[in-house]
Amino acid sequence: MNDVSTEQGGFTTVSGKKINELYTPLDLDGSNYSSQLGFPGEYPYTRGIHPTMYRGRLWTMRQFSGFGSAEDTNKRYKYLLSHGQTGLSVAFHLPTLMGIDSDNPLAEGEIGKCGVAIDSLADMEILFDKIPLDKISTSMTINPPAAVLWAMYIAVAEKQGVSPRVISGTIQNDILKEYIAQKTFVFPPKPSMKLIVDTFEYGAKEVPRWNTISISGYHIREAGSTAVQELAFTLRDGIEYVEWAQKRGLDVDEFVPRLSFFFNAHNDFFEEIAKFRAARRIWAEVMKHRFKAKNPRSLWLRFHTQTSGASLMAQQPQNNVIRVALQALSAVLGGTQSLHTNSLDETYALPSEDAVTIALRTQQVIAHESGVINSADPLGGSYFIEALTAQMEKEAKDYIQKIDDMGGMVKAIELGFPQKEIADSAYWYQKAVEKKEKIIVGVNAFEMDHEPIPTLKIKDTVAQQQLDRLKKVKKARNHSEVKTQLLDLKKAAEDDQNLMPFLLGCVKTYTTLGEIMDALKDIYGEYKESITY
Amino acid sequence: MAEKKIRVLVAKPGLDGHDRGAKVISRSLRDAGFEVIYTGLRRTPEEIVSSAIQEDVDVIGLSILSGAHNVLFPKVMELLKEKGADDITVIAGGVIPDKDIPFLKKIGVAETFLPGSSTEDIVRWIQENVKSASVKEMT
Repeated sequence: MNDVSTEQGGFTTVSGKKINELYTPLDLDGSNYSSQLGFPGEYPYTRGIHPTMYRGRLWTMRQFSGFGSAEDTNKRYKYLLSHGQTGLSVAFHLPTLMGIDSDNPLAEGEIGKCGVAIDSLADMEILFDKIPLDKISTSMTINPPAAVLWAMYIAVAEKQGVSPRVISGTIQNDILKEYIAQKTFVFPPKPSMKLIVDTFEYGAKEVPRWNTISISGYHIREAGSTAVQELAFTLRDGIEYVEWAQKRGLDVDEFVPRLSFFFNAHNDFFEEIAKFRAARRIWAEVMKHRFKAKNPRSLWLRFHTQTSGASLMAQQPQNNVIRVALQALSAVLGGTQSLHTNSLDETYALPSEDAVTIALRTQQVIAHESGVINSADPLGGSYFIEALTAQMEKEAKDYIQKIDDMGGMVKAIELGFPQKEIADSAYWYQKAVEKKEKIIVGVNAFEMDHEPIPTLKIKDTVAQQQLDRLKKVKKARNHSEVKTQLLDLKKAAEDDQNLMPFLLGCVKTYTTLGEIMDALKDIYGEYKESITY
Repeated sequence: MAEKKIRVLVAKPGLDGHDRGAKVISRSLRDAGFEVIYTGLRRTPEEIVSSAIQEDVDVIGLSILSGAHNVLFPKVMELLKEKGADDITVIAGGVIPDKDIPFLKKIGVAETFLPGSSTEDIVRWIQENVKSASVKEMT
């Protein structure tokens, strides 16, 4: 935790990084424009991956959403698309995220609560009913069962008459940050990494416009890391995936262009902008020199950003609109490719339609009113921004070296290293807030009572509806087909074949997510974490 | 006789993996001199209650961010009663809408700590409202 200052009242970032009172040309000593910055669209892409950035195309406004039944969420998607949202982002309920069906006893109380309930292809068909999958790109936040949900999406597209070659979107599919931070894991690391490499391989051949992974710092940051830890662990995760895929014999220039990233936009405005710029520079260098990539697209770090959920406050929740606006602006000034803005009521519940509309409007105001899109990387060349970018780059590389020395990220996770670093930072931050070294408006300063705000309530009928549908689906399908597909899947897993074709076979017969995951658990076992705090 | 330390079980029911709060609170309570047992993720009400009894705790702190509190908390409370362990004080934190709090209080959750609560407040609340089992026996 070299990142953390405990000075009372010191001028530090939200991560505890000390900031000088003034930056001058002396802070850029030794820096070289063409090798460290370059023009937007040129190596090392510090200033952005496209020459004209948002003049050519705005970022995709992609609000993460899903709740209740597939019907409810389908309605919300149509609402968002009709209000100018340009891409979909699916939030699944927790049983789906964990790869269990709604009728599993562990799902009690959780059905439709945190996202939409998907047990089988039947639910997925309703979720995307009358949404043209050849025109809309869809991001799916799903990890251990990512390959299964992706197979369902491909199957729905085929039913709409849309070829897998034209669909576009993203599966999160990033298991390493699950072990590190978000903790939605099922299988142990080795088979999990195998499944992910399967999707890289299959995607490169059959679904060429799909991002087969979204390597995520978001959850690492939400779990309490500093900005540098988010940057370092995320990029080191990226390196780990590339290494495992190379071991399979995949050519970096074939699959790396489909890797995407996902970062957090937290409160500290300039630190976040510097983080995004440093991320692009490090990744371009890693791909060029460490992995000898030749395809320029392999060097591009493309990323989605979500504003920080953990920075939202329950006290005076309207203030969250301002936090979100500043965070969103940092993501745009940092060159994000897509953006989710949080809603003001999310410390209480999933967002109401009114709250989510303000969040979307926040992006539209930045895009169409503020003028920040007119010029690429408008802060490039600022003494402060460039010095901070270089400093974060250096500190992130130190972490990356440390994890290399441990033998890679899977090893580091087994040692509990990133988990412990994050827990320490989270603890430090909480104490800093309680000592008022860090001020949070409305929480430890400027406090006042506020009226309760209206929040979204998930209908109590959702659970029963979902259980009824699941029962119906199980009854109507061809049982011997389901059995055969599951046996084939297990055999393929034992023989270490690419599982994607077998998963497609399973989902098309309405084999449920839980049945598929249980079959794989029989072969792969389950992960148990050791607890660090 | 030295005063026995207050024992706290920090428990995560529900399927969500958000353990930042549970871990920060576990460490803060430990630093404040309590004995802390953290269950780890995704524990059923049955597992939580049986750990609480086995570990002979004075307090259970439930942390949940999945939205399943209205289903899972009543189960914890019923099981405690069933097993004759309803002298254990239950407190809760996480993403809990204001409008659910009266119901949770009614079923016996002694206090809820929402986002933005300080760990010092939680420590103070426990010190003021909970006595360790050995003290209870003496009084």
